[in-house]
Amino acid sequence: MHTTNAVNGANYLTYQGKYKGLLGWILSTDHKRIGLLYLYSIAAMFTTGVLLGLAMKFELLAPGKTIMEAQTYNATFTVHGVIMIFMVVVPGLPAVFGNLMMPIMIGAKDVAFPKLNLLSWWLYVAGVFLVLSALLFGSGTPDTGWTFYAPYSFKSGTNLLPAIFGAFVLGFSSILTGLNFLVTIHRLRCPGMKWTKLPLFIWTLYGTAWIQLLATPVIGITLVLVALERVFGIGIFDPALGGDPVLYQHLFWIYSHPAVYIMILPAMGAISEIIPTFSQKHIFGYKAIIVSTMAIAFVGYLVWGHHMFTAGMSGTAQYYFSLLTFIVAIPSAIKVFNWISTMYKGSINIQTPFYWAVSFIFVFMVGGLSGLVLGALATDIYVHDTAFVVAHFHYIVFGGTGFAFFAAMHYWFPKIFGRMYDKAWANVGWLIFTIGFLALYSPMFYLGMMGMPRRYYDYLEEFHGGNILSTIGSWVLVTGFIIIVVNLIRSARKGEPAEMNPWHSKTLEWTVTSPPPVLNFEKEPVLGEKDGPYNYD
Amino acid sequence: MAEHQHAHVEHPDMYDPESSKIGMWLFIFTELLLFGGLFIVYSVYRYLNPDAFHLAAEELNTFIGAFNTVILLVSSMTIAMSTTALQKGHKKVAIALVVITFIIGIGFLVNKYFEWGIKFSHGIWPGSEQMLNEMSQGEILFFGLYFVMTGLHALHIIVGLIIMVFAIKGVSNGKVNAKRPSLLDNCGLYWHLVDLIWIFLFPLFYLIH
Repeated sequence: MHTTNAVNGANYLTYQGKYKGLLGWILSTDHKRIGLLYLYSIAAMFTTGVLLGLAMKFELLAPGKTIMEAQTYNATFTVHGVIMIFMVVVPGLPAVFGNLMMPIMIGAKDVAFPKLNLLSWWLYVAGVFLVLSALLFGSGTPDTGWTFYAPYSFKSGTNLLPAIFGAFVLGFSSILTGLNFLVTIHRLRCPGMKWTKLPLFIWTLYGTAWIQLLATPVIGITLVLVALERVFGIGIFDPALGGDPVLYQHLFWIYSHPAVYIMILPAMGAISEIIPTFSQKHIFGYKAIIVSTMAIAFVGYLVWGHHMFTAGMSGTAQYYFSLLTFIVAIPSAIKVFNWISTMYKGSINIQTPFYWAVSFIFVFMVGGLSGLVLGALATDIYVHDTAFVVAHFHYIVFGGTGFAFFAAMHYWFPKIFGRMYDKAWANVGWLIFTIGFLALYSPMFYLGMMGMPRRYYDYLEEFHGGNILSTIGSWVLVTGFIIIVVNLIRSARKGEPAEMNPWHSKTLEWTVTSPPPVLNFEKEPVLGEKDGPYNYD
Repeated sequence: MAEHQHAHVEHPDMYDPESSKIGMWLFIFTELLLFGGLFIVYSVYRYLNPDAFHLAAEELNTFIGAFNTVILLVSSMTIAMSTTALQKGHKKVAIALVVITFIIGIGFLVNKYFEWGIKFSHGIWPGSEQMLNEMSQGEILFFGLYFVMTGLHALHIIVGLIIMVFAIKGVSNGKVNAKRPSLLDNCGLYWHLVDLIWIFLFPLFYLIH
């Protein structure tokens, strides 16, 4: 078995497979390499999205025109939204850390369908290029907002078709990832890995995969209908032909609200790995966290109508959607209580991932509580489509998913690259980033309460102060982001070699060398009665 | 030789018929939900425009629709038989039955071509002047949905036919056999799905008055 030994010596980063160089990466079916491909492509898109956001904040520094025209501003927030939602936060944690870690965490050699996994990444890249082609070619950058609301999406003269088709292809990539993960978790767990011993990150990926699978086709068909409306005028969303634009909103949010849970569930899963590890304590309420994960996934389907309280709905429907929206808060709160209880009397080891995790809990709570303001009918009517909404969803989507992403990045970094980052710089980056984040989005709560509408290019003088603070916050945040990224890139090349298990964690990925070998395990792991992902003594 | 073994190591042979079957069923769920969105749209607009949908439905040729239903049902049977034939090791029978299914699928498309062709010759297509000038909003919606839903279904027929080509190739070169039947099995499952969706489309557009 000469070859096996040769392979065992190599890790997945340096391994020389059938193809060499770049081809060895973009044609690799190794889940870890695909995870890294996702990491690099998503990081590139995130940077693009951040730059667009920065430009928008700069424009809002002062009333009137600052750096761009109104139409450019519309295009900027549209592209910022499309990139950040469809290309960054929806695939974010599942595609990157799901691919990198999930098979190892359940003791498998790879995902169930390795080639399909590679295809998902290729589809992601194709979707990215399609959307970006809408920017560069044709009659102008899309300007509808990331929601492509009808009737504007088929009336607007801008180049929307490639953007819509790109979003469709990205959805297909998401479906295939979800399908692959579901089958992997069902079929490839190692002996002894019972459902009640599955790490919580895997449980959240499982819930997420169901949402990806069951919600994404609805947006797929909705986007197809908008495209057909644009090209052929089939009338389904066109009021002039008897169609109903509000029906578009219903179909759109039937996907896009559950999509919020695609974004946040794996984030909660990563936090559920990090908190017990750095508290060196069994997670509090393992089963409650699983139940709340599945409850969020399920109830998440039934609340889409809260996006349309002001769009014309029957009173009964409004109560129903409002009540269900409140119900989603319960499982989310259960998770927060469990994390806090896990820390209680734990032997806390304060490291960068822990800082990120704790700040995640804070921003997630602010985001969640402001969500109740929007879920309640009376207050929603008051702050609907104001900067308050922008603040709320950036706290959840960027604060929640983004902070958890950085937490996961710093947590699994030694495993992924086999090297340790500079902890001091990592902490400085976290501190500056967090201060910038709070300064950037907190004023928007106030601005929204005072009546500043979202998506507007211009504003009254009375909103000037809050906007200045917000714009300065965006600069601070970007400074922190640059420090974090430079530190990570530098450390991935030159950092100190990492130990096998630097955080003394109990999950399976820490039982293999850093970086992991090509087939993950030299021999298949078996979990005994007393082994478990959180069984600390 | 060494190269080959390396490639083998990076991509281990993880063939598991159970995984393939679960994967295909999950994919079928997504397809059902894709059409589910359209069925919701259909039911909303039918509820809002009952008379117009009734009038417009009378324009459709029930005979062609019924004929297509019958041949699709037969094709579902032939592909199911081919799966059984492969299990029993009758390779040639299995191939012949997939080929028959393929031909029936082409037949469905030919009928569809004539059916749509007649509509086009009467000036009925999305956005046509006749539709915009002479039809009520409900009728426009009916034909809009008719072309979208039967068109998307026809697209699925084409995808099914492409999968069949791969299945035929696989069975004839022996890569798909009684021990590794997943490709043919999944091809069959997909074809049943295409059949099933048509079973819903047919009464919705052709029969309900």
